[in-house]
Amino acid sequence: MLAKRIIPCLDVTAGRVVKGVSFVELRDAGDPVEIARRYDDQGADELTFLDITASSDDRSIIFHIIEKVAEQVFIPLTVGGGVREVQDVRNLLNAGADKVSINTSAVVNPQLVADAAGRYGSQCIVVAIDAKQVAPGKWEVFTHGGRKATGLDAVEWAKNMQTLGAGEILLTSMDQDGQKRGFDLALTRAVTDALEIPVIASGGVGNLQHLADGVKLGGADAVLAASIFHFGEYTVQQAKRYMAQQGIEVRL
Amino acid sequence: MVDIAIVDYGMGNLRSVQQAVRKVAPEAGVSVTDDAKVIADAKRVIFPGQGAMRDCMRELDARGLRQAVLDAARNKPFLGICIGLQMLFEHSAEGDVPGLAVLPGEVVRFAHDLKDAQGNKLKVPHMGWNQVHHAEHVLWNGIPQDARFYFVHSYYVQPSDTGLVQATSDYPQPFVCAAARDNLFAVQFHPEKSAAAGLQLLQNFINWNPA
Repeated sequence: MLAKRIIPCLDVTAGRVVKGVSFVELRDAGDPVEIARRYDDQGADELTFLDITASSDDRSIIFHIIEKVAEQVFIPLTVGGGVREVQDVRNLLNAGADKVSINTSAVVNPQLVADAAGRYGSQCIVVAIDAKQVAPGKWEVFTHGGRKATGLDAVEWAKNMQTLGAGEILLTSMDQDGQKRGFDLALTRAVTDALEIPVIASGGVGNLQHLADGVKLGGADAVLAASIFHFGEYTVQQAKRYMAQQGIEVRL
Repeated sequence: MVDIAIVDYGMGNLRSVQQAVRKVAPEAGVSVTDDAKVIADAKRVIFPGQGAMRDCMRELDARGLRQAVLDAARNKPFLGICIGLQMLFEHSAEGDVPGLAVLPGEVVRFAHDLKDAQGNKLKVPHMGWNQVHHAEHVLWNGIPQDARFYFVHSYYVQPSDTGLVQATSDYPQPFVCAAARDNLFAVQFHPEKSAAAGLQLLQNFINWNPA
């Protein structure tokens, strides 16, 4: 049967992988190409790169990184950050990305999701949603790296994105991100139950049980984590063995 | 004359396929091409595909590549990938369009509301790494039974001749994920994105000399 996926996430700026707490306080984690190879060796199912470079900075760096990774790593690569128009999607795919993640621009211009999916297929369009709890059982979509409230309900927004042609949802809890307390399981469950397309849970992983919980309790199709892998606490292989012991189907 | 032509009809990203072929055959001449002549002259042809079947068929015809693909599928080592498998069949439920009819059968969609044995919802597209139960064929050489390959698709093929089936996978019911006949082999998954198992399959294709 289909395996649940483990996806290491590499936040990239100025050619380096960094990791912050709740979208701030960045810490250097190393060279992206080197890290990508390491995770591939460890059995990562996919890799996600988020270009967190401020919009004014040079964006061409990420293209070189993706080109280099794609020459050496033969698993799916998702790239997001700063995708504003269909041409940006095209450029990333041409650099070697298999999927492109759209976040803020999906809110600013939802038609971008429809246009990109129409042109390149839903299989390569991931919509990233940063959500924050605003009331019990209620989450709001935030954009611009978590700084801007949109007034959109996260579950409704996810359904809307599925309708427009998203092939997958990358769902990040901003309350949990960087806190190492585990995913927002209620949020994950609410979104995955509302959708027919796969949901990647993100934000908050601090140990291997959190990954297992994302699948078993949150109902996620894939789990994404950064710092537990970057700073050598666990390998991807350890994470998979742990999940397998909990009865979760994984690719070992 | 190139060793391997990767058919480019403007649908999706062929760079991954090209990179993976380069990895397993660094000496081979590889061309990503929309030129019917290059396809006709190539020793081997890879026929990938992404996106919707209707768009793929339209773009293939818009570039005048239908005949070149049909000829290659009949007379030289030919590897279809993803929609490149689906297009070989007679008809697809995706957009209700006719295919190239190289192989007999239909392309159908996964049912809505699929559930696994524990009652959990199974998402469509079927996306991720699934186990492949394969038959005997040289393209499976060195690939363990039930090895995992990377899939992303909502439709799958139903050959009307079961003799064509080279592999199945389960979601949750068995579905055909590889079909072959003579010089032709085609897979639903993405060997170019399936790590070691996928590279092995591509390597086997490069070395394949069908009778």
